[in-house]
Amino acid sequence: MERFSLEIVTPDGLIYEGEAERVCCRTIDGDIAIMARHCDYCTAIGMGSAHIIVDGEKRYAACMGGMLSVLGGKVHLMATTWEWAEDIDKARAEASKERAEEMLAHGSDLDARELELAQARLKRALVRTSVAR
Amino acid sequence: MAAGSMKDIKLRIKSVQGTMQITKAMELVASSKLRRAKERVENSRPYFTTLHKTLTDIAASNREFTSPYVKERPVKNTCYVIIAGDRGLAGGYNSNVFKMVAAHAEGKNYCVLPVGKKALELYQHKGIAVVSTAFGEVADLSVSDCFEMARILSEQYLAGAFDEIYVVYTNFVSMLSQSPATLKVLPFTAPTEEEKEAARSNHSLILYEPDSETVFNEIIPEYISGIIYGAMCESVASELAARRTAMDSATKNAGEMIDRLNLYYNRARQAAITQEITEIVAGAEQ
Repeated sequence: MERFSLEIVTPDGLIYEGEAERVCCRTIDGDIAIMARHCDYCTAIGMGSAHIIVDGEKRYAACMGGMLSVLGGKVHLMATTWEWAEDIDKARAEASKERAEEMLAHGSDLDARELELAQARLKRALVRTSVAR
Repeated sequence: MAAGSMKDIKLRIKSVQGTMQITKAMELVASSKLRRAKERVENSRPYFTTLHKTLTDIAASNREFTSPYVKERPVKNTCYVIIAGDRGLAGGYNSNVFKMVAAHAEGKNYCVLPVGKKALELYQHKGIAVVSTAFGEVADLSVSDCFEMARILSEQYLAGAFDEIYVVYTNFVSMLSQSPATLKVLPFTAPTEEEKEAARSNHSLILYEPDSETVFNEIIPEYISGIIYGAMCESVASELAARRTAMDSATKNAGEMIDRLNLYYNRARQAAITQEITEIVAGAEQ
């Protein structure tokens, strides 16, 4: 399959640099997959599971926030966090999910900001648990 | 006379030795922390540069700027995000940053978002409007704090509280050299004409999904926090490197001082012995 150059970076470091056959992630507008010879493209990334295909092998990851750009055939994925499925601490994600659910259950005493944070935490935890599976 | 001055010198040597021990310990602490900080800088750099490059590329090829983040407006108030240290004893690290701000903000109306205890204290003392006091400890800040900062900044920028945002930080050039720098964050500057030309010829059309305004409004806060995080990593590493250098030279100075004092001490001791001998001989002759 035709390949393109892919670079995945996060504030914590360079995650992936090299050739790939496909990269797939969830944007603010829905899931997309980028393959070779894509036109110049730019979008913001939402929260969701993502995967890349290298040599026919699929690698899953949890990807949150950031942006994806295709410029001149090169794909840059600048994520806020990117965790490979095998690196996710499932127990921790479950615990985080329970905590967030608990917080939301007592939703009445939270202000708007806290509510937003709790919802974001729940969403992150859900993405992580679903990817880790 | 001799015995008195001998005692004085001995005390002085003791106190200098005490200081030397402290500076030496601080140097060791700074260098061990520096190793980690340097790693963090190196890890964050690809993100920082890719983010900056991609956004400049996009800004260069985008001709219909609609997002409020890219629109320039008359500057009435400027916001400075000032990243300094939590502690002193780091050579000129903190004062260089503050001098840079003072020079840059000359004659402007400005408010600050201080990061680091030293910056917070200084600007509160000066009575300059402070956007948020929540980021007083630069050592404990993480990526999520940077997001919080970016959220506050972009919210207030959109509300019109200020019309420009600059980040002032210290660039970690090498272990021995750090230089303060200013970076314009908002409004997102369209690059110079030449850069524009270069970018245009490379890729003239970019597809935005769902549309350029939505994408920009989503990305810019990310961009701000990315820039702040990168600047913070650079600054933290710079602070430690500056402290290490300062403490290294302090330790060296203390060593020299002790050598000199030892010399004085020996001289005083010798003088005392000579005097005693002279006295004894004088007594025997009589």
